[in-house]
Amino acid sequence: MKAYWHSVFLHKEKCTGCTNCMHKCPTQAIRVIDGKAKIIEERCIDCGECIKVCPFHAKDAKTDVLSDLANYRYKVALPATSLYGQFPTEYDMNRVMNTFLRLGFDEVFDVSRAADIISAYLNDYVDNAEEERKPLISTYCPAVTRLIQIRYPSLIDNIITIESPSEVAARQARQLVKAKTGLKDEEIGIFLITECPAKVTSIYKPLGLDKSQMTGAVSLKSIYPRMLKLYDSMTGDMVDMQMGSGVGIGWGRVGGQSYAVDIDNYIAVDGIDEVTKVLDKVDLEMLRGVDFIEGYACVTGCCGGPLNVENPFIAKSRIRKQAKKPPIFSDEELKSMCSFENIVWTNKIEPHQILKLDKDFKKAIEKMTKIEALHKSLPGLDCGACGSPTCRSLAEDVVLGRAKFEDCIVRKGAK
Amino acid sequence: MQESMKYEFSVPTMDFTVAGEASSSIKKVLRQLGIDSGIIRRVAIATYEAEINIAIHSNGGKITCLISPEWVKVIAKDNGPGIENIELAMTKGFSTATSEIRELGFGAGMGLPNMKKCSDDFEITSEVDVFTQLVMTLYL
Repeated sequence: MKAYWHSVFLHKEKCTGCTNCMHKCPTQAIRVIDGKAKIIEERCIDCGECIKVCPFHAKDAKTDVLSDLANYRYKVALPATSLYGQFPTEYDMNRVMNTFLRLGFDEVFDVSRAADIISAYLNDYVDNAEEERKPLISTYCPAVTRLIQIRYPSLIDNIITIESPSEVAARQARQLVKAKTGLKDEEIGIFLITECPAKVTSIYKPLGLDKSQMTGAVSLKSIYPRMLKLYDSMTGDMVDMQMGSGVGIGWGRVGGQSYAVDIDNYIAVDGIDEVTKVLDKVDLEMLRGVDFIEGYACVTGCCGGPLNVENPFIAKSRIRKQAKKPPIFSDEELKSMCSFENIVWTNKIEPHQILKLDKDFKKAIEKMTKIEALHKSLPGLDCGACGSPTCRSLAEDVVLGRAKFEDCIVRKGAK
Repeated sequence: MQESMKYEFSVPTMDFTVAGEASSSIKKVLRQLGIDSGIIRRVAIATYEAEINIAIHSNGGKITCLISPEWVKVIAKDNGPGIENIELAMTKGFSTATSEIRELGFGAGMGLPNMKKCSDDFEITSEVDVFTQLVMTLYL
């Protein structure tokens, strides 16, 4: 199996080499080489900031298309919690969920319901965690979990080892569909309807488990126009869909998990730069006394996902309203739908020490000395014209053999 | 062949917007050098506490970080009032911080004990009205 797989990719023909994505990338994973943006694979956390910022729509996430459903005999749609923010509040969400059946799916499992189930367990999980592990850090946003792997290895023990709602939904869906239809695993296609490139990556390169129960993912934006059209034109009886309660739906925005867990000492932070600052404070042990942190790469949380269509703040407002829906089941009833053993990770998360300059410490020091010297001789404009995001990163790239000093057009002009 | 490195950061007095920069810069360098993450964390905490102390208690100072294959040393030297009774200053909970500083969430009297806890070797020297210097060594 390949070491890396990323959903985020480049439509090369659309890329103008403008450097917008390179400047925005939170892990400095992008370089512009020969006029095209290139991703350094080991650094990419699939947050999708580059997708959001690209003026030419050259960055996108690899997802499945509806014609891929034909490869499966029974097709299940798992709409992400943030779906609730994508339609005006006067829309009937049951009718919205019915559009999936018209698009070719045989069944719909609302991820918000799985979020309800996880919420029921999360309270005890936080209450029972050892104090040394706190603040506990949610792993709901896989981009944040991957950021921790790369940049905060000492915080790995703080992360919550519970599955994502989509994985729990997929597990349940697979069990129920197999029991109902008698079909084999490979005949059942379970597709996440998603806003998120990081979640897509987790299907193929899962965190905390060997194999995802999901088959693939369809981006919300790719089917949204058809859903709107179907919503208006569908006739006949609607199927009563199993849907999440307000608590589960609330996971679609920042603050939703903390609300679900019902604790006071929490921090809900959105936007990858601010998440980084909060994690820095945790790393400095300055947030003792905080029990729980939910961090999202996207501003507003999942409703701000790159593959959604609505403005993140409008979507967030809608989710806030729908999160007031009362509970459908008690915690005990929710827990009876899925055992705790069924929602926890089986594998330990390992750090990814990819920022190391060299395995050999002395060589690393040599390289660092060269980098510091080179950095001083660069103009310090961080213009990005060389194809590296900052002068510092150009110095690193030169020393690591990824770029040449002459790539600096400012220094070149001065000669 | 160069086997050690030196980084210097000036820390101005009463400026919390700058305090923390030495710690995060050093952390970045150590991460790139591939040093154990537990040690990086201790260096970062010790440096951060030292920066905050310089900002609060002195008229400004300097953080120097030396890195060799065997150890990381953080030297924090300030120009300031100095410490009259070092033993007392090293006591957990002892603080001379003003209420203004305490309201910001600092000055709980845990700085020096915490720095000592993070270091393998901890030396403190001070001359009243002149300076305080901390030398914190962590072995790799």
